[in-house]
This record gives sequence, C-alpha cells and structure tokens, in this order.
Amino acid sequence: MIKSSIKIRAKIKNGITTVKALISHPMETGLRKEKNTGQPIPAKFIKNVKCVSNKKVLLDSQWGVAISKIPYISFKYSGGNAGDIIKVSWVDNTNQSDSIEAKVK
Amino acid sequence: MTLNNRLINSLSEIVIGQPPCTGGRRHFIIKGRRLFLKASLSKAAITLAASTGLLLPMQAYASWNEVAFNANNLQTAIKSALGSDLSEASNKINIEAPDVVEDGALVPVTISSTLEDVNTISIFSEKNTAPLVAQFELDKDCEAFISTRIKMSNTSNIIAIVSAGGKNYSTRKEVKVTIGGCGNSQVI
Repeated sequence: MIKSSIKIRAKIKNGITTVKALISHPMETGLRKEKNTGQPIPAKFIKNVKCVSNKKVLLDSQWGVAISKIPYISFKYSGGNAGDIIKVSWVDNTNQSDSIEAKVK
Repeated sequence: MTLNNRLINSLSEIVIGQPPCTGGRRHFIIKGRRLFLKASLSKAAITLAASTGLLLPMQAYASWNEVAFNANNLQTAIKSALGSDLSEASNKINIEAPDVVEDGALVPVTISSTLEDVNTISIFSEKNTAPLVAQFELDKDCEAFISTRIKMSNTSNIIAIVSAGGKNYSTRKEVKVTIGGCGNSQVI
C-alpha cells in the first residue's frame, strides 16, 4: 500500500462535524528557481479539492498557487452522523490525484 | 516481443552506446540484470496504481477558473471569480489572521460568517502576482467557515468575499509580511 498523501480527521460534536485535512504536496508556484543551477522549478499545485459524504458534495474548491505547501484545510457541516464515511480528494495541474476515506468520529 | 528479446535488444543498445570498458562481459550482465529488475518494478508500480484507483477516470470537479486565477490585478480577479466586482462591505464576515507574519509562505487564515445562505467563500491576497488564492463552494449543510494557510508576497490586505443569497459581501484585513512567500520577490 502506498501511504496516502492526505491525512484527515472528522469529529462530530453537538451535531456539527469538523473536518480537518492535511495534504502533503509541494504547491510549487513555477516562479521559484533552483538555487544551484538557476533553472526555474516547474509549477505543481493542487487545482481542485473536493469533499463528499453520503453522496453529497459538501465542499468543492478551486485553488491557485497561493495556498501554502503541505496544504491544510478545515471546514464544518451539520447533519452528519458518527460513523459516516467522508471522502476527500484532490487533483493537481499535472493531473496527479489522490483521495482518502475516513469515518466521522 | 518477449521480455527476453527486449532484454537482448536493450543489452545490445548498451553495447553500442557505451565505449568498450575493462569490465567486459561481466559488466553487461550486471546491466542486464538491472534492466530486468527495472522492468519488473515498473510493472508492479502500474498494477499498484491501478488497484489504488490512480488510473481510473478523473472525478468531476468544479471547472478551474483559469481567467480568475491568472488575473494579475485584484479588480479583474474578483470580476472573473464572482461575475461582478461589486460587493457590499459587511461586518458579518470575520477574517482571523495574524497582524504580522515573519514568513509570507505560511499565513494561517480562517474565514467565518454569520450570513445566511452562503454559497461560496473566496480568498484574495491584494498584492500577490495572482490575487485570487482560492474559492470554496459550500453545500447548504456547511457552516460559513473555512480555515487554511496561504502565501502572501507582500504586506497587503486579505480580502474575503462571501457570496450569500445571490449577493457578494466582503471584508478585508491587513497582514504585515516581513519575508515574501511567493518566490518572486523577497522583501526583507
């Protein structure tokens, strides 16, 4: 098994579920240059991040290069239950992608 | 072509491509073995990728707004991201971010709002080369709340625009940056 690039935690408290996700991704802007060679480092950044639970799209987001590397995102929603499966997925500008599923605690 | 044939072919390529070396025959055999290992490893990688769903067709995401993300001034970015550059200043949106950051590469930002019917939350950093940072489309079950970390190239305003009930509301907050975080300008 390849280790997923996403770490996710979803907790329910007083009917409100808080989802926190951390993605290991360089979020390279394409503006930086390699220190030794002066070669530009090609852009590599996440374009879309989506979060789905119970076949419902809770969050659909578009990102630019200005999201920090190792992106962190957190959001809250109501109407969830403990034990629900929540899925977070991303795709970047090089069409690389990843997703992970977790249970709401 | 069988694997054996391919190995022989690649071996002959090495023979042609490399100057005669003192290692002679033994050298080529080792090279051949490495190629064989490589071949089987990449096959394993493909199988693994297929089983973890990496080769499945891409899921449908919201289409990436290229015009808005490439816009190099705030007005254009806001207009292309939200369809209109008009927004009503609102005190019902709260931007939580530090007043001063040392490193603009990592500015924690939390945006929350007490507005009803929130559709999208967009974050702009006024002086970035491309001001639009991100746009979040929220389901009606979601709270008007987003927390993330952004890059800022200069001391400037973070602008949050919340689209709620068909109208755009905005709030701004200034963040002082001592080292830029976008790689193009290093302000110390």
